Amino acid sequence: MSETTKTRTGVGRRNFLVTSASLILGLTLGGRNAAAGGSPLTKVRGGDASPDLFIEIRADETVEITCHRSEMGQQVWTAMAQIIAEELEADWERVRVVQAVGHPRYGDQNTDGSRSVRYNFHRLRVAGGALRTMLERTAAKRWKVAPSSCRAVLGKVTHPATNRSISFGELAADARAQPIPTEGEIVLKKRADWRYITKPVKSLTVPRIVRGEGTFGMDVQLPDMLVAVIARPPRVFGKLKRVDDSQTQLVSGVVETVVLDTPTPPAHFQPLGGVAVVARNTWAALQGRKLLELEWEAGPNASYDSETYAQELMAKVREPGEVRRKRGDVAAALESAAERVAAEYYVPHLAHSPIEPPVATAKWDGDEVTCWACVQAPQAARKAVARVCEIPEDNVTINVTWLGGGFGRKSKPDFVAEAAVVARAVQAPVKLVWTREDDLTHGYYHAVSAQRLEAGLDAEGRCVAFLHRTAFPVIDSTFEAGADQPSWGELRLGASDTPFAVPNLQLETGRADAHLRIGWLRSVCNIYHAFAVQSFVAELAHAARRDPKDYLLTLIGPPRHVDPNKEGAEYDNYGSSLDDYPIDTARLAAVTTTAAAMANWARPLPNGHGLGIAAHRSFTTYVATVVEVAVDEEGRLAIVGVWSAMDAGTVVNTNHARTQLEGGTLFGLSNALYGEITAKQGIVEQHNFPAWRVMRMNEAPRHMETTIIESDAPPGGIGEPPTPPAAPALTNAIFAACGLRIRRLPIFGPDRRDRLAVKGVKQ
Amino acid sequence: MKLTIEVNGDRHDVDVDPETPLLWVLRDELRLTGTKYGCGVAQCGACTVHVDGRPRRACVTPVRSVVDKRVTTIEGVSGPTADAVRNAWVSIDVPQCGYCQSGQIMTAVALLTKLRRPSDDDIDHAMSGNICRCATYLRIRRAIHQAAGDAK
Ligand code: FES
Ligand code: FES
Repeated sequence: MSETTKTRTGVGRRNFLVTSASLILGLTLGGRNAAAGGSPLTKVRGGDASPDLFIEIRADETVEITCHRSEMGQQVWTAMAQIIAEELEADWERVRVVQAVGHPRYGDQNTDGSRSVRYNFHRLRVAGGALRTMLERTAAKRWKVAPSSCRAVLGKVTHPATNRSISFGELAADARAQPIPTEGEIVLKKRADWRYITKPVKSLTVPRIVRGEGTFGMDVQLPDMLVAVIARPPRVFGKLKRVDDSQTQLVSGVVETVVLDTPTPPAHFQPLGGVAVVARNTWAALQGRKLLELEWEAGPNASYDSETYAQELMAKVREPGEVRRKRGDVAAALESAAERVAAEYYVPHLAHSPIEPPVATAKWDGDEVTCWACVQAPQAARKAVARVCEIPEDNVTINVTWLGGGFGRKSKPDFVAEAAVVARAVQAPVKLVWTREDDLTHGYYHAVSAQRLEAGLDAEGRCVAFLHRTAFPVIDSTFEAGADQPSWGELRLGASDTPFAVPNLQLETGRADAHLRIGWLRSVCNIYHAFAVQSFVAELAHAARRDPKDYLLTLIGPPRHVDPNKEGAEYDNYGSSLDDYPIDTARLAAVTTTAAAMANWARPLPNGHGLGIAAHRSFTTYVATVVEVAVDEEGRLAIVGVWSAMDAGTVVNTNHARTQLEGGTLFGLSNALYGEITAKQGIVEQHNFPAWRVMRMNEAPRHMETTIIESDAPPGGIGEPPTPPAAPALTNAIFAACGLRIRRLPIFGPDRRDRLAVKGVKQ
Repeated sequence: MKLTIEVNGDRHDVDVDPETPLLWVLRDELRLTGTKYGCGVAQCGACTVHVDGRPRRACVTPVRSVVDKRVTTIEGVSGPTADAVRNAWVSIDVPQCGYCQSGQIMTAVALLTKLRRPSDDDIDHAMSGNICRCATYLRIRRAIHQAAGDAK
C-alpha cells in the first residue's frame, strides 16, 4: 500500500489526500480556478456553465470531467460525461470522471428529486460547447484560418479544407487562455448529429465495480484512522441518563468513548446523541459498543405506537379536512350521484436501507475539517458539519465517495456531522460506521399515510365527483418542531396534480404529529398517493363494470394540459416550468396504452391469473406499468410478468433509463410486498434483515419488458418515476386474479408465510 | 493473536482477535475493501468470498476458521468462469450502485463452477441470499445465463 500526502492550496487550505489503491477522491478540490471572474457563462439556464468548472483536457489527451452530482447507481457519472463529451466532441475512450467536492460554485448538488439531468442538461451542453469553441479558435489561430472553417471531431480539431488536424491535448493549454465565448457564440450540435446523447453508452463505473474497485463511503482509509460506532438513544430526542464503559474499555483495540450532546428539536441533520465507541478497527468498535451499559431517559416520543397511530390517522381522513384544491362542487355532485364509491388506504413507514449503510470519515486540521462521505447532498453536509461544529462553512471540505445506494437516506447528512464531532473529540481521523441495525432503527423514515377517496358515478358509470383526502406526518416536522400540515411540496407528489377529467374534484388534507424523523424516500409521497389513486381508479372501474385500463384512459381524458394552480393548489411542478414541462394528459395516456399493448392486455388469461395497470406522472416523467400475477387456491402469489413504459422526454442514456425503470419498479414492488417499519413505545421494531424485508432474487419477477418512449421533449426525471405505479399495478392485478382488494400495505409481513387471504373472497 | 491466512494466493500475517470475522480482517487489516459489509448477520450476501472455492459469508466467518484454507475475494477471483461472469456483467450493465455486486459476482462464480448450465430455479436457489436493494435481479439472471453460455 503506498500512501502519499499532497498539498493543494486552491481554496486556501491544506487538503490531505491518500492515493491508495482506490482512493482518488477529492482530486478536484481547488485543482482548478473556479470559474474565474470574466466568464460570460455564469448564468445560463441551469447555472454556471463555465467550462473550467467541469472540464479539464490534459496534454495526454485525457478529458477529465468533474461530476458535481453524486453517483449512487443511477449512472450519473456516465450521463453527465455523455452530455459534456457530446458538445465537446470528445473521444469517449479518453473521458475520465472525477467527483466534485461539495461547493456552492457548482450550483445545486443535491442529488435527489430526479433532477441531475433535468436541471443540468442545457448547462452542461453549453459548457462542452464553450470549450469546443475555444479549441476551434485556438487551432484557427495557429493555422491562421477562419474559426468557422475549423471543426472539432472526436478529440481533434480539423481543418477540412487543408486536411489538417490537431489533437485536443496539444491545444488544451492555449485554449484555456482563450476568452470564454458567450452563449450566443456557441452553436450547440443538432439532435441528428448526437453521437452520445440518447445512445446506450456503456457505464463508466461498471468495469471497476466488477473488480471490486472504486471507493464507497465504507471503503475510505486514512493513515492512523480510527473507527467509531455510536450507541444512539433508542427514541428520537431520548437522553442519555447514565453510561458505564468499563467493560468496553477492556476490549482490545478500543481507544476511547465519547458522549455526544442530545439534540434539541427539530431534528434537522443533527447527530442524535448517545455514546461513541472509538477503536483501532471496526470489530473492536462493535464489540466495545455491545459492552456499554446504558440508561436512557425516554424523551418526548415514548408513547409512539405505530398501530394506534394508524387507527388515529385513518379516523382523521373520515372527517372533512382542509381544502387544498377545488374544482366544481364535489359535495353536491356526490349527493346527486347515481352511485357512490368510497375506499380507504394505508401505507406504513418505510426505510431506505441502502445496501451500504450511512458512513463518513472526518479528519481535522486545526479548526478545519475534511470529510469523505457517501452523501447525496454534499453542500447540505457541509452546512450540517459547520452548524454542529460551530465553524464557518469554508472550513469544511466534503469529498463525495461513491454511494452504495441512496434512495434519499444519504441526502440527510447527520452521519457526516457525527463523524466530524467524534473526530474532533478524539483528535484523530475517524471513520464513523453505521451498522444495518443503526440504519434501520435510526432512519429518516418514509411517512405512514392514511387516505380516503370518494367518488360519485353517474348512471352510465362515469365519474362525476372525485374527493381525495390524505393525512401523514410531514417532512417539515424534521426541520420545524411541531409542523403538522402537509406542505405543497408534498401534495404536488401525486395529490394536488391528479390529472383526471372529472367535473368536480377536491383535495383535502388532515394534520398529523410526527414521532420519528420523517424523511423523503425514492419518489416520496408519490408512493402512497399513486397507490391510493390508482387503486381507486380500478375500484371505480369495477363499480362501473368497465375494463380498468379503459376506465383509467377515460379518467385521464382528452389531450390537454392540466394546471392545478388554477384550482387553488400551489403547484411548483418539481421545480421545472409548466411551459417546458406541462402536465400533458396525452403523454400519460400514451404510456398507458403502450404498457397495455406490451402486456397484450386483452388476451385471455389462465385461471387464477390477473392483470393490473397503473399510470402516474412524477418528476415530470410519465410511467405506466402492467403487472400479471397468478394466485392459487392457497393464496400463493406469483408475479408472472411486468411491462413498463416510460416517457421521460429526451433520455440521455436509453440503457441506463431502462435499468432505472427495472430497478425503480422492483423497488416499488418490494415495498408493496414486504415494506413495513413499525414502532412500539417510540422504538423501531425492525433491526436487520429479514425483519425488515426486501425483495430477493427468488421473489423478483422473471419476466419484465420495458419501453422508453422516444421524445423530443426536454429531459424529465428517471430515478424515481418508475416506483409509484408499481404497487397499485400489483394490487390491481391481485384483485383481477382473485377478487381480493388490498388497501393496506404491505401485502405480506416478515413471517414469510406469504399467503393472500383468498378464502371466502368472491370474484 | 498472530495468525497466518492465505488470501488471493498471498500469505498474510495478521495480529487480531481470532474471533474477528474474516470480513473485518480483509477490510481493515488487508485493505481489501471489495468485500462489503451490508448486514453483519449472514442475511445480505454483500460479504461473500470463497473459502476453498465455496461461497462463504465473511461477516460470520471467524478468521481463525480460515487458517490453512484458501480465501478468494472479488479482487482475486480469476479463471474462465470469473472472466465469463465479469464479461456478462459488463456487457449487460448489471450493477447499479454496485455495492452488492462483489457478493453477487462471487456467488454467481461459485454457482457456475458447480453447475455449468443453471436453470432459473437453480439461480433462485443460489442467489436468493444476496440482496440487491437497487433490484438488479432481472439483469443478474440474464447475465448468469449469458455467462453460462460463454463459459462452455
Ligand atoms: S454482510 Fe455478510 S451477509 Fe450481509
Ligand atoms: S447494485 Fe446497488 S444494491 Fe445491488
